[in-house]
Amino acid sequence: MLRLLTIEFYKLKHSRSSKVLSIAYFVILSFIALIASIEFNLGDFQIRIADQGIFNFPFIWHFNTWVAATLKFFLAIVIVSMISNEYSNRTLKQNLIDGLSKKEFMLSKFYTVIAFAALSTLFIFVMTLILGYSFSDYTEFSIVTREMEFLLAYFFKLVGFFSFCLFLGVLVKRSAFALGFLFVWWIFENILYGILRWQTSAETADAVIQFFPLESMKNLINLPFQRLNFIETAANQLQADIQIDYAVHWYEVAIVSVWIFLFIYSAYALLKKRDL
Amino acid sequence: METILTLNNLTKHYGKVKAVNDLSFTIEKGNVYGILGPNGSGKSTTLGMVLNVVNATSGAFQWFDGSDTTHNALKKVGAIIERPNFYPYMTAAQNLELVCTIKDVDPGKIEEKLEIVHLLDRKDSKFSTFSLGMKQRLAIASALLNDPEILILDEPTNGLDPQGIHQIREIIKTIASGGTTILLASHLLDEVEKVCSHVVIIRKGVKLYAGPVDELNASHGFFELRCEKQAELISVLESHQDFASIKEENGLVTAFLKNPLTAEELNTLLFTQGIVLSHMVKRKESLEEQFLQLTANLN
Repeated sequence: MLRLLTIEFYKLKHSRSSKVLSIAYFVILSFIALIASIEFNLGDFQIRIADQGIFNFPFIWHFNTWVAATLKFFLAIVIVSMISNEYSNRTLKQNLIDGLSKKEFMLSKFYTVIAFAALSTLFIFVMTLILGYSFSDYTEFSIVTREMEFLLAYFFKLVGFFSFCLFLGVLVKRSAFALGFLFVWWIFENILYGILRWQTSAETADAVIQFFPLESMKNLINLPFQRLNFIETAANQLQADIQIDYAVHWYEVAIVSVWIFLFIYSAYALLKKRDL
Repeated sequence: METILTLNNLTKHYGKVKAVNDLSFTIEKGNVYGILGPNGSGKSTTLGMVLNVVNATSGAFQWFDGSDTTHNALKKVGAIIERPNFYPYMTAAQNLELVCTIKDVDPGKIEEKLEIVHLLDRKDSKFSTFSLGMKQRLAIASALLNDPEILILDEPTNGLDPQGIHQIREIIKTIASGGTTILLASHLLDEVEKVCSHVVIIRKGVKLYAGPVDELNASHGFFELRCEKQAELISVLESHQDFASIKEENGLVTAFLKNPLTAEELNTLLFTQGIVLSHMVKRKESLEEQFLQLTANLN
């Protein structure tokens, strides 16, 4: 396993674009801290984001993982190009001739995906602790450790998304087309949801769409803003009832895990079937 | 003798096209093999199958004694197929280091192998800055990194200029003289003739011949003769039991043997018949002539 990771990181280490994108990703991740300084006016209210409780434990786990997850596209480009470059440079062929098996090749990519996701999760974990201890109103250990399952959800969300990218990279062999396909798929899921909702009910639509790859990854970490103080207050004033289930459920993790398996396995099956 | 590679009825179909059909042969240690065939005869497909990049439709192959998986066996093989493929953004040395990691060999040999192909002074240049000849030489260095049991070269001189072709040939000869088994696929017959001891000839995916170069054709060679009394010469030759056919062209008589006959015997015979030769050469068909005969027979 270590050998396969070494091989893949050796390839990435010397590629300037991959290096720049990966570093940019982690730098931008650390910019989440800057949200603390955002202020804006809403009618007569002056709102300072940091005061709205976004950095309070345990909510901060939810908030940070959600914001960080939106930045996954940076790494997605790296993942897709790490497959498509092997095709365009025909180095995949050379790797196989040199004695790497197709399974080892696929595993080296998958391990890299896991390594990226793990590194990113660790990064968010450390950053959240620092931000939380600096700004949170509550720092009791029992509160700090609550809702840490969002980290697990974050990890699965990244691995799932990157596995999808990996699969698309193998399927279409061109990075631009693979990313384009990803975008088209996203639109497809949204349109399908719209049709389902229109033809049946919102409940049925939600029940069906949760099994689709992108939606299942989205469900792992729901939109956190409804939990913010000022939105809750506003909702209460309007007598509106927003009851959103934002928790991480085991079945959400299970659905994404099945997708991860399907993506990696199909990518391997495709690779195995193809003549190079 | 130690067997390096065995092919058993290997077959590859691309839809209706039969690229390789029921191909069987073995490669023994220490010989230099040539795979001959016109373009599109299935040479590269065959090599692709044994190198694990093309899936066989049916049949099987086995590396060494068959006790290891193909991809592990390939770590003991050095191969270059079609075009040199490396990471363009890495330098020559970095590319070779990666190959070492894949093949599980010590990277200490990188400089030594770069020296063999005369690229040591360019080891820190990016692969993308190399000329085609340099790329091809780097590919050879890469294939040699593991001191392979067998070196497979597919059209190694394709697209190179005369100097490049010459350099590659010299390198191949040096490697062959060191006792490494070589499998050279080419459509250039003189290239194969110069370095190979054995040939496998394929056409349209079917094997026509596999064996030593000398036994390729059962023929005993032919004589080229010239003399004053041409008509008499021809009649003597035609009545002789050892000749299969006689041809005459521009005053030069070519007589093909069907039984062995030395030049001395023929010369003595003709002299006793009163025919004095002004020109006499005994030759064997060149690989090209034999190849053309062999492929023509099947048409």
